[in-house]
Amino acid sequence: MTKTAKGSLLYLDGVSVAFDGFKAINNLSLVLEPGEMRAIIGPNGAGKTTMMDIVTGKTRPDTGDVIFDGEVDLTRHDETDIAALGIGRKFQKPTVFESHTVEDNLELALDRRRGVFATLFYDQTQKDREAIDRILETTRLTARRHERAANLSHGQKQWLEIGMLLAQNPKLLLVDEPVAGMTDAETEETARLLREIAQNHSVVVVEHDMGFVRELDVKVTVLAEGSVLAEGSLDHVSNDSKVIENYLGR
Amino acid sequence: MITSFVFKALDRRAIWVIAVLVGLAVLVPLLNLALPAGHPLHVPNYAISLMGKYLTYALLALALDLVWGYCGILSLGHGAFFALGGYAMGMYLMRQIGARGVYGDPVLPDFMVFLNWQELPWFWYGFDQFWFAAIMIVLVPGALAFVFGWFAFRSRVTGVYLSIITQAMTYALLLAFFRNEMGFGGNNGLTDFKDILGYAIQADTTRAALFSASALALAAAFLICSGIVRSKFGKVLVAVRDAESRSRFFGYRVENVKLFVFVVSAMMAGVAGALYVPQVGIINPGEFAPANSIEVVIWTAVGGRGTLVGPIVGAVLVNAGKSVFTAAFPEFWLFALGALFVAVTLFLPKGIVGALSGLATRRPRRPAPVIRDAAGEAAE
Ligand SMILES: Nc1ncnc2c1ncn2[C@@H]1O[C@H](COP(=O)(O)OP(=O)(O)OP(=O)(O)O)[C@@H](O)[C@H]1O
Ligand SMILES: [Mg+2]
Repeated sequence: MTKTAKGSLLYLDGVSVAFDGFKAINNLSLVLEPGEMRAIIGPNGAGKTTMMDIVTGKTRPDTGDVIFDGEVDLTRHDETDIAALGIGRKFQKPTVFESHTVEDNLELALDRRRGVFATLFYDQTQKDREAIDRILETTRLTARRHERAANLSHGQKQWLEIGMLLAQNPKLLLVDEPVAGMTDAETEETARLLREIAQNHSVVVVEHDMGFVRELDVKVTVLAEGSVLAEGSLDHVSNDSKVIENYLGR
Repeated sequence: MITSFVFKALDRRAIWVIAVLVGLAVLVPLLNLALPAGHPLHVPNYAISLMGKYLTYALLALALDLVWGYCGILSLGHGAFFALGGYAMGMYLMRQIGARGVYGDPVLPDFMVFLNWQELPWFWYGFDQFWFAAIMIVLVPGALAFVFGWFAFRSRVTGVYLSIITQAMTYALLLAFFRNEMGFGGNNGLTDFKDILGYAIQADTTRAALFSASALALAAAFLICSGIVRSKFGKVLVAVRDAESRSRFFGYRVENVKLFVFVVSAMMAGVAGALYVPQVGIINPGEFAPANSIEVVIWTAVGGRGTLVGPIVGAVLVNAGKSVFTAAFPEFWLFALGALFVAVTLFLPKGIVGALSGLATRRPRRPAPVIRDAAGEAAE
């Protein structure tokens, strides 16, 4: 199995998971190359979020291989381990630490040692401050750095969470519906941000917004009923008869 | 490293609290010992022990606040750690009695002679030495918290389920300590103490010293708690409290985070129990009663959880109220306590200190800074 996984960043093969007999993921296979950015689209309930749950250790697959970096079997690790291996995740519903300030959220996400004693005796260095400043700039949250995250608008929370992923600096980012509930202007800005991130990270983006996916201009995977329906450029998949029937045509 | 930890710990609030406690540790014994009994500022003897007892309760509530207020672990078993610390101190005090007991046995405490035991059980060894007892006072509660937390946090037991098993833990210990065969004096517990570190336990000076020790222990614990919550680790605690699963996806080992604070907190509770026992003169299995642990939660809620100062204020106020109330209408205390808890939950959800600091921060209202929000900027 690992033979075919070699050289890939993320390798899913024959993955299935059922909840009370309902197959949310059904014999799913997907390969992501290092440095690649991939968009995943598909109807509600297609299993997009569940796929991310499997990769990040929240849900264990019933069968199938999930290999990271060509060799690490992710099904043997829990959420914490997987985060430490270098996989970051943005949730469909933006999830930040609400009672912390924007700045503290970034400090917590920052790619530093996370052990009990390391954090107990942690002192913010000049380098850390600069990294946080840079991310605040990138996500346009500088003016709100001392604000509690709970007080941010929905769009700003989405951006803060993306900023936290930047701080975490993982090899692979899984981004679930980053523009849900955003205005057109915010959506455009988010596409810019993600393309910027994709320059030096591998990214998987789940999104319903076709305009947004077009803007990303990357390879697209269409999921439906827990497996891959089609794969290729957006134009290619949107002309696929199965895709039209199952998703776009509805 | 340590210095920056202490430096961060000493915010304005911590400096105030520590200054007040150190002040009390010096002043109250002076007012008790140096002034004649008729003097208006004289602190009577009974008051010293009473206040000393309140301070140990305050330390217990502070310990609970660290896990509950900051990490969301609602322990309903902290009374167990308190009682274990108390028993460790009680065992030392028992062995100090020596041949002065009713039966005059130089080694065996009275209750063992009464039960016809021939020799000291192995787990009583070493308790004739204060240093050994001092280690056990933190080690035993810490070890119990470690073992308990290891299993509970690893299996991701949270919320109500965790609270229930902490109750079960203290209840199991209550039943165990009631048994004579356990070797801790059974029903009667440990009492009739004579002296501590060579000083008569009933002496005015000893009582005053125990009061000071309680105040200083509380000050030290406050410094440690403040350092913990002000560090990055403290931010992790709050992150775990508010979004446990999210913090895992950022690579934090939630079970280790919880285990660490739980053990630190249990050790503090143990110290509180150890200071409590010589001041009240007895430790018995009743201290393990589940209701005791629940009372600590009420003190903390009344004072304001997640504030560190709140639980101290809450413990002192509620217990002072209890002393007054139980003298006047002993049957009604539990009803009054229940009513207080309900009232605080409804009208002061952040407790007394939370409500007061809410007022303080609201008053000097600065004009809100003009912020161009992200949407506005993006649209340009
Ligand atoms: N923990 C769970 N227990 C039971 N059923 C689940 C669980 N998680 C997901 N499901 C089911 O699995 C299916 C796939 O859900 P998933 O959230 O992965 O879809 P999605 O593609 O992300 O949809 P959306 O576009 O609405 O976010 C759904 O029918 C959902 O109800
Ligand atoms: Mg989804």
